[in-house]
Amino acid sequence: MSQPFYVAPEQVMKDRADYARKGIARGRAAVALRYVDGIALVAENPSNTLRKVSEIYDRIAFAGIGKYNEYDQLRVAGVRAADLKGYQYSRDDVDARSLANSYAQMLGQIFTHEMKPMEVEILVAEVSHDAGGDQLFHILYDGTVFDERRFSVLGGDADAMSGRLNESWSEGLDLRSAVRAAVSALAGPDRTLTADDLEIAVLSRTNGRRCFHRLTDDDVAGHLAD
Amino acid sequence: MSMPFFAPGDDPGASFPELLRRVGLTADAPVGAMGDLGVPHATTCVALRYLDGVVMAGDRRATSGNLISHRSMEKVVQADRYSGVAIAGAAGPAMEMIKLFQLQLEHYEKVEGTFLSLEGKANQLSMMVRGNLPAAMQGMVVVPLFAGYDNRRETGRLWAYDVTGGRYEEHEYVATGSGSLHAGTVIKLGHNPHLDRDEALTLACRALWEAADADSATGGPDALRGIYPVIATITADGWQRVSDDDLAARYVAIAEEMRSRT
Repeated sequence: MSQPFYVAPEQVMKDRADYARKGIARGRAAVALRYVDGIALVAENPSNTLRKVSEIYDRIAFAGIGKYNEYDQLRVAGVRAADLKGYQYSRDDVDARSLANSYAQMLGQIFTHEMKPMEVEILVAEVSHDAGGDQLFHILYDGTVFDERRFSVLGGDADAMSGRLNESWSEGLDLRSAVRAAVSALAGPDRTLTADDLEIAVLSRTNGRRCFHRLTDDDVAGHLAD
Repeated sequence: MSMPFFAPGDDPGASFPELLRRVGLTADAPVGAMGDLGVPHATTCVALRYLDGVVMAGDRRATSGNLISHRSMEKVVQADRYSGVAIAGAAGPAMEMIKLFQLQLEHYEKVEGTFLSLEGKANQLSMMVRGNLPAAMQGMVVVPLFAGYDNRRETGRLWAYDVTGGRYEEHEYVATGSGSLHAGTVIKLGHNPHLDRDEALTLACRALWEAADADSATGGPDALRGIYPVIATITADGWQRVSDDDLAARYVAIAEEMRSRT
């Protein structure tokens, strides 16, 4: 039996991270940002059926980018975890922070122990009863969690998009301005995105028990029109 | 919160009850005769079709033997946006079944990204009633009604169930519980397919009134405490509960009419 070559752990981790980052950079990006009534989730997604943004629980939404089958698996696991917790305890006990921690643990575990890391970046957003408590948890392929206050950008070119959002975002944006800011951050200076290229949903405090609501293509076109 | 993650061959899909089984959260069926335990029982519920959809109605009383155990129980509840469920029978398992049913519809919608068809919802409930059969054999019978608005066929639809999970679609009205004979007869006499909302609501109020009048386990309108039956309509616009003020006015009118006859 031949001995495997020794590879330094630093090298293994670096190779895995590069592999995951490459996979993620190939896909299209998504943005979540706070606006006056809650949180808007905006993804560049030409498909009308394979969703990037979806509902997890009454006040919690999920966004994933990268490899579809992988983040969809994570989404379903999140729905199950949230529904089980709400069933066992109470609907009020389901929160984004513990869900984000579970995701982080799982992604971290897969990153270090499996052959292949997950090529995904995900976001768990929770809208609170008042604007001050809205939460955005951005989780990377290796389980790193960022708790973000204003907006969160998922995708390969996140730095450039964050830079653009930094300039256009302000406290208390209305939905129309929030959508326009997110779309121009996603598009960059050289492209124009239309309603067909976008998937937009909101977690709105004004929606009753289930805060999640998808905007139709017509709604989106209405917000983007001058 | 641990993440429930399954291998592809072992995945529970969009079924919440199946998920509960996989993670070991289902309760065991009761063992031994429970009939004389004095568990609260919920009683009369009716549902009928009218022009725009369906009306569901249920009284508020729960009884333990000859005692009234609750005066304000809600046996008619919204299942999701376009459907409702009404329950008669042992209150504990009935409430648990409703909770599980509501969760299942929402769980399916979130996992699959689309609504179940109305027929699919009726079928799900049928499987839950059948799952309760071991408990029903011990005396914990639960008999629901299911009604909703079918967006594909653009009409209201109703289902009655039996203890074994048998599912029977009815075209005019259904009634369940101890006062169902009286309530059902009132609706049978007053029903026609062209009822408008107002007529359908009055007929449902009247049916529960007569059931409460003749059946000791069914509660009537309680003006003293301000407790009125739960009555809701389900139409293309979704579930809408009728306000207590509206019901109070209808019951005053019914009482006036009764008085004028004597």
